[in-house]
Amino acid sequence: MKPPKFMYCDPDSVEEAVALKSRYGHDSLVLAGGQSLMPMLNMRLANPDVLIDINRVAALQQITRDGDVLEVGAGVRQSVLESDPAVAAAVPLLGLAIPFIGHIENRHRGTVGGSIAHADAAAELPCAAVTLDATVVLHGTAGRREVAARDFFEGFMTNCCAPDELVVAVRFPVTPAASGSAFVEHARRQGDFALAASAAVVALDAERRFTSVAVGVAGIAATPVRATVVQDALIGQAATAENIAAAAAAIGDTVSSADDMHATGAYRRHLAVTVVKRAITAAVENAAAVERNGS
Amino acid sequence: MTSTENKYDTDTRTVTLRVNGREVTREVPTRLTLADFLRDDLDLVSVHLGCEHGVCGCCTVLLDGGSVRSCLMLAVQAVGHEVETVESLSADQNNLHPIQEAFAEEQGLQCGFCTPAMVLRTKEILADGQERSDDEVRDEISGILCRCTGYQNIINAVQNAGRKLRCGASGGCGTAGDEAKGA
Repeated sequence: MKPPKFMYCDPDSVEEAVALKSRYGHDSLVLAGGQSLMPMLNMRLANPDVLIDINRVAALQQITRDGDVLEVGAGVRQSVLESDPAVAAAVPLLGLAIPFIGHIENRHRGTVGGSIAHADAAAELPCAAVTLDATVVLHGTAGRREVAARDFFEGFMTNCCAPDELVVAVRFPVTPAASGSAFVEHARRQGDFALAASAAVVALDAERRFTSVAVGVAGIAATPVRATVVQDALIGQAATAENIAAAAAAIGDTVSSADDMHATGAYRRHLAVTVVKRAITAAVENAAAVERNGS
Repeated sequence: MTSTENKYDTDTRTVTLRVNGREVTREVPTRLTLADFLRDDLDLVSVHLGCEHGVCGCCTVLLDGGSVRSCLMLAVQAVGHEVETVESLSADQNNLHPIQEAFAEEQGLQCGFCTPAMVLRTKEILADGQERSDDEVRDEISGILCRCTGYQNIINAVQNAGRKLRCGASGGCGTAGDEAKGA
């Protein structure tokens, strides 16, 4: 179990990385944190002619606040994002979701862009990005373009990157101060891939009615999905346990996964409803706590 | 052939990094993992390879103070970084690091295969000087598998090591008076 031979390239600029991607296209793979790619190389499931290591590209390691947007460079380590108080203040969901990614040993190396580009349907950051209406920034030979996270993920481990494009950043809208965020995951063991996970960001009015609801679910379809049916059912409704449970039940119908080695389809449907209900409930509690402490 | 191709068209690289406080320079294959570099080139055999795909955690080392799986990194990626293995903690068996003493006292090792990883992870965990509950330790060491399932003694060892590091070699903080005497 050793990596195959490849031509190892470690560019130090986005332009050079893009030039390499453009030249080698499908014969190349991009190495970011390596927490998914290195196991595939070690087991020879991946056999690229060219490995483009972007860890030396300093420009990809910035976290910048741009008005109402938090732009996180693709090379930012997950553990950096997890513990950055400025991130927690701007987009609380990130700090809540990232601790569920593998173990700290993985998060010390794993990057934000790597997780997004890998497009695992059960992964936490893609789910958070879809829930937050984040934008993925791509850089190719034709220049920079931005794609909404919900359009970026196209299927199992499939994104919309062209062969000459590189994920260079993720732009997360800053969460309004009077909101509550929560991330709930069910896995067989701490650190395992989620059987089902849900992210929720909600805001309530003075009568505790939902004024905004964003709910994302991971692990139940080929991509992370927005639970629009749940969101629509709750807008304007009172944030009661009964309303939340009734709305969450609808997500069970959108679960597309059949039985697999980890869970039966029926169990996944049950889990999807449960994590959505728990995430919304926890987000409501957090919103109430913000209101008490904050303004 | 362009200049870019020439630049990368090589199967080996010369790497320079700091390992256990010393600067080392070696020529290595670009596809060599950091784990194999540490074991085979530097003879640091505390780096244990279990699964070689990032599940067992037995190859954990500290990279710039943070624990990482050395089987999921290439040696060339460690250039310019500081790597620490268990070999750095004590010169000999009579001069154990407090964390190693705690693992011995609590019998926090059975076959010993995961122990170097557990000891290094413990060093990282305890860097903040905080006390931890059983559940917190369990969570924090969950990235390393002990195949003997000797977890309770490992948890005791982590907590004991924490007391030693906070309160000196005896590990007993005792009362405020004791602390004053010790100081």
